[in-house]
Amino acid sequence: MSVFAFYLFAISVIAGGLFTVISRNPVHSVLWLILSFLSAAGLFVLLGAEFVAMLLIIVYVGAVAVLFLFVVMMLDVDFAELKAEMARYMPLALLIGLVILMQFVLAFGAWESNAAAEGLRLQTIPVDRHNTEALGLILYDQYFLLFQLSGLILLVAMIGAIVLTLRHRKDVKRQDPVAQMMRDPAKAMELRDVKSGQGL
Amino acid sequence: MSADLTLILPEIVLAAFAILGLLGAVYTGKDALAPALTWATSALFVLVALWVGLAEPETHYGFGGMFIDDSFARFAKVTLLLSAAAVLAMSEGYMSNRGLLRFEYPVLVTLAVVGMMMMVSAGDLMSLYMGLELQSLALYVVASLRRDSIKSTEAGLKYFVLGALSSGLLLYGASLVYGYSGTTLFSGIIQTTVSGDVSIGLLLGLVFLISGLAFKVSAVPFHMWTPDVYEGAPTPITAFFATAPKVAAMALFARLLHDAFGNAVSDWQQVVALISVLSMFLGGIAAIGQNNIKRLMAYSSIAHMGYALMGLAAGTVLGVQAMLVYLAIYVTMNVGTFAFILMMERDGQPVVDVTSLNMYSKREPGKALAMLVLLFSLAGVPPMLGFFGKLYVLRAAYDGGLAWLAIAGVIASVIGAFYYLRIVFYMYFGDENAQGLDGGKSPVLWGFLMASAVVMVLGIVNMFGVEGAAAAAAASLVVN
Repeated sequence: MSVFAFYLFAISVIAGGLFTVISRNPVHSVLWLILSFLSAAGLFVLLGAEFVAMLLIIVYVGAVAVLFLFVVMMLDVDFAELKAEMARYMPLALLIGLVILMQFVLAFGAWESNAAAEGLRLQTIPVDRHNTEALGLILYDQYFLLFQLSGLILLVAMIGAIVLTLRHRKDVKRQDPVAQMMRDPAKAMELRDVKSGQGL
Repeated sequence: MSADLTLILPEIVLAAFAILGLLGAVYTGKDALAPALTWATSALFVLVALWVGLAEPETHYGFGGMFIDDSFARFAKVTLLLSAAAVLAMSEGYMSNRGLLRFEYPVLVTLAVVGMMMMVSAGDLMSLYMGLELQSLALYVVASLRRDSIKSTEAGLKYFVLGALSSGLLLYGASLVYGYSGTTLFSGIIQTTVSGDVSIGLLLGLVFLISGLAFKVSAVPFHMWTPDVYEGAPTPITAFFATAPKVAAMALFARLLHDAFGNAVSDWQQVVALISVLSMFLGGIAAIGQNNIKRLMAYSSIAHMGYALMGLAAGTVLGVQAMLVYLAIYVTMNVGTFAFILMMERDGQPVVDVTSLNMYSKREPGKALAMLVLLFSLAGVPPMLGFFGKLYVLRAAYDGGLAWLAIAGVIASVIGAFYYLRIVFYMYFGDENAQGLDGGKSPVLWGFLMASAVVMVLGIVNMFGVEGAAAAAAASLVVN
């Protein structure tokens, strides 16, 4: 059963990836990409890494792919023109790709697991711990430094987005919370004694 | 854990300063704090450089080996902190005058410097990548800081797209290395190659890692972004690009090759030698046709990175030492040269055309002389310090059994001398009647220009002790 599930998910990951690249409509590409992510999440479940699987669905499918979809729909990029441009470089790209592929065949053909590496690989599998708990321990304890650094990277991304896009426009009315809070009845209201039949 | 935190205290201080600066600037209104913050950041960099530089010469490992604090890291940190401090101090006046100085600039530079300090101390493929990304992201943003200029935006975008591509190459290499060695720690990777035979998968990963890093140091054939980014970015930011990030990336390069692949010197030596020789020649030849001094400096930095890589290619202690000395000299020269470029203006507008320097020596004899010294030094003309830097790497390459590389370096250096001397020609023997430049009046820039030129002349006595520090640093990195 699990072998059947594995091949099902594996084939749909590859098919999803393939159609992401070759489909003509960019919106379809994103949908194929989502299929690819979902199948990859299925593979993670089969591996017993249910937390990563859920992350993949929530973060990649839920946020990233939907964002892609928005961008693709809103930007209205002419993909046909881009593809025509790409086609000019295709022979060179194919040549380089072929050379690299041959090198990989060479590399993977000579695959031989190092004994020490094998030992290290076995070490990292948590046996008695919950999946999420084990990840948390690694992330917040062993890789504390990296976790903080990624926080700084996100901060830079945030500052960068603001620096590059925020413009202070003069003709926009803004809310001034301090001024609003400092208002009191004496300043906000003007009391007039209106005589009957006369108006202001 | 607390011992680990003590180890990264300089980085923590800088990151905290950046965040506090951000908060302070938010509460003080629109960019009112920016000049003060820039100067404060510059001063803090100098203080942290003193702090790091005067630390005891010991090697410490933190966070399970992910962070290495040794003489090599400290040497690189001091160099990059001081150069970043100099560039910040130089940029304040220029950017204020042109309305470019926003408080995010010093904050982003500080965060970039934190990333660089992580890079040079990285002892793990993951901390290497994290430091590199922190640095690069901040640099992408500052490159396009001048939002209303198409060229600046183009520079930022180009840098970003190609930088993302190179990060992809680097990550792919890292994953291959991890796959074949079973660990991301440099100290673990080197153990898997202790017998001397390196698996072909590991080598493939190494080649991808080298490609990614070669992009960051703008070595040929990964240099295409450099001239456009240098030209498009505001000049003080170009000065920043040409100094601190180069030091950090070269140091990271040396760290990775020696700490993780120190047993496979003969395997990576040829790759590094090849990109070194290509960089030297392309940098020398492509700059000949340039009239834009910023593009010219871009090609100059490509060539100089070629020489620094030559030291690395030697694969010896002397090679790393030569690389460090070369970087320190290179950074000093570039600070001075960019101080001069920042002063090149006409009617308050910056000028980047080399031909505008016609007969500059008539109007500004002092500045022209200082620039002459710097250009001679950049070209490697004998009495200046730049010559000794080149001599160092050439000797290291020769001793490392790469005599052909040393000879190629000499030839490239002769070709490259042409375009430096062309500027000297314009300044001293140019056309009398051409429209010249205003005398830029900036005591800070003038000070940096003169100080840098004086260092180029006086440094030949004992290099201000940099040689000994570099020797200690190289000895701490290279074990065998």
